[in-house]
Amino acid sequence: MNKIISSIAFCLLFITILSSCQQEKKLPFYGERHAETVKDAAGVEKIDTVYQTIPNWSFLNQDSIVTTNKATDGKVYVADFFFTSCTTICPTMHRNLMTVYNEFKTNPDVMFVSHTIDFKYDRPYVLKKYAQKLGVDGAKWQFLYGSKDSVYTLAEKNYLVAVGEDSTAKDGYIHQGYLVLVDKDRRIRGAYDGTKEDQVEQLKKDIPVLLAEYKK
Amino acid sequence: MRKYIINSIFLLSIVAIIVSCQNQETIDLQNYMSNGKDIYKAKCQNCHGENGEGLGQLAPPLTDSVFLKTNKNRLACIIKNGANETFTIHGKEYKEKMPAFPELADIDVAQVMVFVTNSFGNKQGFVPYTQVSTQLQNCK
Ligand code: HEC
Repeated sequence: MNKIISSIAFCLLFITILSSCQQEKKLPFYGERHAETVKDAAGVEKIDTVYQTIPNWSFLNQDSIVTTNKATDGKVYVADFFFTSCTTICPTMHRNLMTVYNEFKTNPDVMFVSHTIDFKYDRPYVLKKYAQKLGVDGAKWQFLYGSKDSVYTLAEKNYLVAVGEDSTAKDGYIHQGYLVLVDKDRRIRGAYDGTKEDQVEQLKKDIPVLLAEYKK
Repeated sequence: MRKYIINSIFLLSIVAIIVSCQNQETIDLQNYMSNGKDIYKAKCQNCHGENGEGLGQLAPPLTDSVFLKTNKNRLACIIKNGANETFTIHGKEYKEKMPAFPELADIDVAQVMVFVTNSFGNKQGFVPYTQVSTQLQNCK
């Protein structure tokens, strides 16, 4: 009898340890949050935390095709803001992002989305040429063109990345080089400085962690 | 005997001068290489890569010793003023625009040029900045 009890206790302990390990491996949530009363499956009301999400969007991609959030819905994706004539941080960001892209190339649950902030010059055909010269082909990595208003609002309000026009900057624009990791429910789960190799390595480790959250 | 001593002193001093000159050049080369590397990291590495490997078709590699040799009198001008033409590097065509670096002084251009032409498998040796200055005055 004692033996049974102790083995049950042992099993319980084991499970607790295992589940606490999983807890540790969860990525944080970024942005604003608020409490909301929701009903669970059994109809019981309870308080839940609701996190900031990326709203619906619609832009032209590098093939001049209207592309919306449907492309990324249900996928984990990495978003960033850049422009093709940027001679400072963008080449480094995309050199580093290329290594992430290559690592997850065959994973259908992972996507990449780069928004240009140069609404004057970076028309879809310019983005296409850029993508090809960078070495990107196909729909897994979308290069998106939109109006100044729509892109800048999305960057600052939703992805929490600062962007702007600045006539005193070397290339006429300023922006942060973050690579933003978004989960399948459109919540921001990570932001990595795309110019820093160690942070990009962390991103490569965090993507599988995020994917694993959905594999239960 | 006296003549012999004077002669050998003369010879010795010439040898000494040559040796010290060479030393000075080695020291200069080391200086240029280390300053040039810092400039390269800050201004060039984003496009041309840590090992001079370039970036896709967007920026050419700096590993084509033949190109760098045939164009060695133009390199200073390319670095300072940028470029917007078609270059054939390792048999591939590159035609994106390289930006100008007006903020680089002649000595900076010389240092980063010496760094590039003596790294990534290149071995062109030392070029003093006075020579680079002259090249920069004659850019087209
Ligand atoms: C924004 C990206 C960018 C930056 C930054 C940049 N280059 Fe370039 N570089 C290019 C491109 C693009 C070309 C090809 C230009 C052309 O085809 O007209 C080029 C060409 C060259 C060439 C001649 C071609 C070759 O591959 O040998 C040299 C030498 C060179 N760059 C050196 C430098 C140095 C030194 C710096 C830093 C001071 C620098 N570049 C910064 C993009 C860049």
